[in-house]
Amino acid sequence: MSETALRPEIVQTPRGAQDFGIVEKPLTVFERLYNQAWLRKTFLIAVLLVVWELYARHLDNPLLVPTFTDTITAWWEGIASGVLPDRAWTSLQVLAIGFSTGVVLAFILTVLAITTRIGTDFLETMTAMFNPLPAIALLPLALIWFGLGVGSLVFVLVHSVLWAVALNTHAGFRGVSQTLRMVGRNYGLSGLSLVLKILIPAAFPSILAGLKIGWAFAWRTLIAAELVFGVASGKGGLGWYIFESKNELDIPEVFAGLLTIIMIGLLVENVVFRTIEIRTVRRWGMQN
Amino acid sequence: MLDTTNAPPPLLDVRGVTLQYKTRDHLVTATYRVDFSVQRSDRFILLGPSGCGKSTLLKAVGGYMAPTEGEIQLKGQRITRPGPDRMMVFQEFDQLLPWKTVRQNVVFALQTSGKLKGRAADEKAMQYIEKVHLARFADAYPHTLSGGMKQRVAIARGMAMEPDILLMDEPFAALDALTRQRMQEELLMLWDDTKFTVLFVTHSIPEAVRIGNRILLLSPHPGQVKAEINSLPPNTDRSVVAALEARIHGMLFADRVEEDEHV
Repeated sequence: MSETALRPEIVQTPRGAQDFGIVEKPLTVFERLYNQAWLRKTFLIAVLLVVWELYARHLDNPLLVPTFTDTITAWWEGIASGVLPDRAWTSLQVLAIGFSTGVVLAFILTVLAITTRIGTDFLETMTAMFNPLPAIALLPLALIWFGLGVGSLVFVLVHSVLWAVALNTHAGFRGVSQTLRMVGRNYGLSGLSLVLKILIPAAFPSILAGLKIGWAFAWRTLIAAELVFGVASGKGGLGWYIFESKNELDIPEVFAGLLTIIMIGLLVENVVFRTIEIRTVRRWGMQN
Repeated sequence: MLDTTNAPPPLLDVRGVTLQYKTRDHLVTATYRVDFSVQRSDRFILLGPSGCGKSTLLKAVGGYMAPTEGEIQLKGQRITRPGPDRMMVFQEFDQLLPWKTVRQNVVFALQTSGKLKGRAADEKAMQYIEKVHLARFADAYPHTLSGGMKQRVAIARGMAMEPDILLMDEPFAALDALTRQRMQEELLMLWDDTKFTVLFVTHSIPEAVRIGNRILLLSPHPGQVKAEINSLPPNTDRSVVAALEARIHGMLFADRVEEDEHV
């Protein structure tokens, strides 16, 4: 029992911070700049552009690889003459129709899927069959059914959006905790009101991820489809712009078209979706 | 066992309730012919070891599942589905809607159930948020709160609805010991304030004795009523409390010699 000797107790008062040196030290200017993700990314893009410019000058063949400055000039001329904005606008209009139709259909399918068992089976079978099917593969069929024009484009767009969004939304709904569902039912919610007021916000991270994937699929599909038959009643989109410019061997314009596609993609991803994310899932602490 | 002499009609009446649910390959009987009744302003505790069906019983009172046998009546009306007259407070911290602030969570409950609208809902919500000492956090989102604060919001939400009965499913079980003790004291103070009726599920004997005024003891597999006893008023002498706890422990675990009971 008395093998350990009785030790004295120790009681101390913590000293004030002014008694010792550094507790917090501000980071250096370089460290702080390097912590900015956008600055690092801008730097990377600048490096890539310099490499491009140098390589193109070294190659000296504008038919294969125009220089960055040529591309930017062609892009600026396209913007100034109003051709590029016009083409981009045409593409975006078709995209909006196809994307929203796809999202609405996906919503109907997933609501059926979580309210009825046969709806679940239907959604699972359909997504298993059609999700791996590239939208472009449906284009010949679309042309026969809807002819040259917006109808065919919308058809392939709906196909590319629908399954990705439905799959993610359904997974999101199923992932909503039993507790939250019970809370909703406690307030007297059921059926569609439970879906709208509890399940959709609770599954919003998955739904948003689905919308992002759907948007990317749709944008790719649209440009590719336009390259095949872009012109409808005399108004073509960005894909058609690229196709036309290639035929005229105006390669800087082809590059300007691609640049516009990339820029719109970046804009939607980094402005539209980022803003939605910051205002919703991040604010709610559902995603970091 | 049940004292029915000159008692008023019970608020909640559970009569011969057998509850069964299906798992993947079994039909489980959670409770077998359970009887009890709760009077207005009771702090009624369902106490028992895990597997005694106390949470299932609470879900049945909540209207989330129908008894296979027997009947549950609230104010003489048979319970068939969930409703805002029986507000649930769950054990899980994720019971708050993460996309709404503390205030919005309470207001949403009031509005969605059709209890109150607009400014009236807002005022009622703030009144109860103040009661649980969270006025400073009224506009904070749930993910910025601690576990104890989230449970307080859930309690405020349940109380703001002013239900006939508040159903609490081990609301303090996931909290650390110090916070749990504070929450128990606060719950009793809130009860002193409004004398609400609460049906409280726990597996902790000290918690049951501290919070309840009436305790239903359930035996496990399936849950059957072992006893229904009176608890002690707050500030009873420690030795008397300890004696009651020991007595309950003896009743619950009489058939088992060695039982590791962790509180």
